[in-house]
Amino acid sequence: MAEDVLRLERLGKSYRTGTPAETRVLHDIDFALRHGEFVALMGPSGSGKSTLLNIVGLLDRPSSGRVLIDGVDTGTLDERALTMLRGRKIGFVFQSHLLLSAFTALENVMLPAVAERGFASAAIEARARALLRRVGLDAVADNLAPHMSGGQQQRVAVARALALSPELVLADEPTGNLDSHSADEVFALLRDINREQGTSFLLVTHNLDLARRCDRIVRVVDGRIVDGAR
Amino acid sequence: MNRLLPFAWITAVRFLGEGRLQTWFIVGGVAIGVGVIVFMSAMLAGLERNFLRRVLAAQAQIQLLPPEQVARPLRGGDGVVTDPVVQRPAQRLASIDQWRRIAELLRTMPGIDTVSPTAAGSVLAMRGETSRSASMTGIDPQTYFRIVAIPDFVVAGTARLTSEDIVVGIELARELGAAVGDRIDLRAASGAVRSLRVAGLLDFGNKGANQRVAFVALRTAQSLMGLIGGVTAIDIAVHDVFAAEEIARRIAAAHDVRAESWIATNAQFFAAMRAQIATNTLIRVFVGLSVAFGIAAVLVVSVIQRSRDIGILRAMGTRRGQILRVFLIQGGILGFAGSLLGAALGTAALVWWHAVARQADGGELFPLVIEARLFAATALLATATGVLAAAAPALRAARLDPVVAIRG
Repeated sequence: MAEDVLRLERLGKSYRTGTPAETRVLHDIDFALRHGEFVALMGPSGSGKSTLLNIVGLLDRPSSGRVLIDGVDTGTLDERALTMLRGRKIGFVFQSHLLLSAFTALENVMLPAVAERGFASAAIEARARALLRRVGLDAVADNLAPHMSGGQQQRVAVARALALSPELVLADEPTGNLDSHSADEVFALLRDINREQGTSFLLVTHNLDLARRCDRIVRVVDGRIVDGAR
Repeated sequence: MNRLLPFAWITAVRFLGEGRLQTWFIVGGVAIGVGVIVFMSAMLAGLERNFLRRVLAAQAQIQLLPPEQVARPLRGGDGVVTDPVVQRPAQRLASIDQWRRIAELLRTMPGIDTVSPTAAGSVLAMRGETSRSASMTGIDPQTYFRIVAIPDFVVAGTARLTSEDIVVGIELARELGAAVGDRIDLRAASGAVRSLRVAGLLDFGNKGANQRVAFVALRTAQSLMGLIGGVTAIDIAVHDVFAAEEIARRIAAAHDVRAESWIATNAQFFAAMRAQIATNTLIRVFVGLSVAFGIAAVLVVSVIQRSRDIGILRAMGTRRGQILRVFLIQGGILGFAGSLLGAALGTAALVWWHAVARQADGGELFPLVIEARLFAATALLATATGVLAAAAPALRAARLDPVVAIRG
């Protein structure tokens, strides 16, 4: 296991590269996240936070620089290997459209493992039930996503992100659409999981109060890390 | 979650189940298309079978005749043509040369089912003061009935044909005032007369035929026509009626006979039937295409509607191939479900139409042909069409950029 679960080296991202309309979104970013660290990523809208999160989550590729996930240089991997690495090492929690509405809460949590192994199994279901119990939602396990509150859906999404025991969870404003009570609950849940299981978290948020409860705050302005890069 | 189904199947079924109204509409569309195909195919197969039955019921599929007699210009001793005017010769009654050997060889020829020699010619049928011309056919009942099912056309008496019996058309019997058991005299062109007992009356459903036909035993016909041991034709039934022309050509090439297939003697009918089959195929292709476009349209919309779901699935580690399969399976399920419903619809329509559509005489317009093979083929074709139609939307879904998809 590498010391850092995530390492970015001189990472750059630009769109319409090589044309007069080239737009540089990220500039030579150096950043590292240790195992078990809980880091807040802050910055104004359009500063490049989401782009950075997508590249870290292997959903997008950088234009320059390197992304290392648990010591693996992702630039050398093909599409299939990237997808497998993403499934095993990274969990996602999105701000909205959290769950697949055609599936129950329990099935949503089972999905990443079923997708990875091809078939559902008793072990996958047991693990999903344990995760739902951990986020306090075993009572609504058989509810379809649209029949749950926003806070409940977000907690199910957290359980789903943990389904394959990832090293790193990327959360893009996970409390952005929740009332303050639910937001507090979800944040506390993430923090507890971080402490119990040693899972690293990179959390994009605009909520300074929540950010202050993280181990470190990284600020991004105009595609550059201006503070907290380590 | 079902533990027997793979991930792609589970997801495909859930996606279809969630968009229930959309799913039912497209399954309904596919069902109507499949129903039309099943209905048309079965009805046309029935009509075709009916036509074939009518055409082939009263005639052999291939008939072998003696070669046509030709005249040659008269030449003198020095080889010079002395009389260049050549008239077309009258066709004398003649037996097929070496017919027993030919018949034996044909019985072992692939594709041939039954071979039956016949001796046919015109006779005068007489009873009391009345006489009518008739077309006499001397047959070997054992083999001939396997080619033309004479007993099926008997409306009175039996199709018994000993050397003393005759079976005639009902119109001929009526005109002669004869009934079953009465005697009729037959006079051949040679002047020979034979008195025979009416064993049965036939109704071919055709007045002209009923006025002419007279069947007697082969030996009776041979003796009347002075063709002792000879036959004027060899009638043949083949396994595949549509191969009759090809088999006839092969026979004509191998033996000194004229070979006429039912296809050649009913050329217009055969062309009409071919045109009908071609039209049916064309209609099926266009219905199939409209079904395919319907499925594709629904799945294209589904991919757009589900782009965020696809993005989330991709983010959680679902491979492109799995996403591709999710949509291909949906296309296949839509096609298969539509084909089941369509088969039921088509069959119901067929049964109803069979009951309603009648010929002028009240008989059925077409026999009800419901073949499991047609349903299996239609289900397979509809499923394959669904999968193919889903290919473009499925590729689009698999290629979706997860970042763009999640952003919606």
